[in-house]
Amino acid sequence: MTWLGRFGRFWWEFVIGDDWLVAALVAVAIGATAALAAAGVAAWWLLPLAVPFVLWLSLRRAIRSA
Amino acid sequence: MNTGDAFLVLSAFLASGVEFVEALTIVLAAGLARGWRSSLAGLGAATLVLAVVVAALGPALTVIPLQGLRLVVGALLLVFGLQWLRKAILRASGYKALHDEDAIFARELSDAQGAAHLERAGVDWYGFTLAFKGVLLEGLEVVFIVLTFGSAQGSIWLAAAGAAAALVLVAGVGVAVRAPLARVPENAMKFAVGVMLTTFGIFWSVEGAGADWPGSDAALLGVLGFVLVFSFGLVRLLRRERRTRLRTAEVRA
Repeated sequence: MTWLGRFGRFWWEFVIGDDWLVAALVAVAIGATAALAAAGVAAWWLLPLAVPFVLWLSLRRAIRSA
Repeated sequence: MNTGDAFLVLSAFLASGVEFVEALTIVLAAGLARGWRSSLAGLGAATLVLAVVVAALGPALTVIPLQGLRLVVGALLLVFGLQWLRKAILRASGYKALHDEDAIFARELSDAQGAAHLERAGVDWYGFTLAFKGVLLEGLEVVFIVLTFGSAQGSIWLAAAGAAAALVLVAGVGVAVRAPLARVPENAMKFAVGVMLTTFGIFWSVEGAGADWPGSDAALLGVLGFVLVFSFGLVRLLRRERRTRLRTAEVRA
């Protein structure tokens, strides 16, 4: 693996970690919050609802692959 | 000191404490197996690199507009926090083995004792590299936490004070006992850090996305309570599920 590849892999593992789906779903939830807020709708509740769901999904994936 | 500042110091202290315990284990293994000179040289070199990273990134973060910073930092902390929380919940519910600092120390020590001896400038290269990599990788996490927490909350110094207190405590105890700190309740600490990171992550992501919390900063306490409740709820649920699985497997056998 090249130096650049190792560097990229280090940051991927450091930030994204074991389950990329967590990062992807968090990004979608934050994007939806921003879209609702921009439309003038109260959006503070969306992320607290999404986070337990994302964690639950990630836990199920970890248990299945164990 | 307001609620946010108190959380900031506590979070930086706990998160850094966990990383320092892991770094101490590696430095001790390198020192005992390959000599203290190489181990301490690795520790010093990694500390210098980390200081350069802090000096370069710290001031840069303070010039980014707060809302944009909170969005990026909030998203990163949320992803980071959910990683910690997932591991801690899997450990607490029995699906993953507890982090064993003694076992890690024994493995590192054995690897270090078995490696070939290669000396450069009077320093054993393996011991130096082992300590350098360990401290640098664990230290980068501390730097990330201190800079992101501190800048988003508006006080890098408070976050740094929390991390410094953890460093003094772990290094002090480490020098006194010269053994890995196996009695530190690491899973409980990681659980607490996961809860804190997730709480701050939710709070800042929502603010960064342009939404307003009802009750402003006081909502942080509500988010903390909510994250605690669903985290403990998941531990309980998974424990029960695992017991049922084991019982079913026993009956089948």
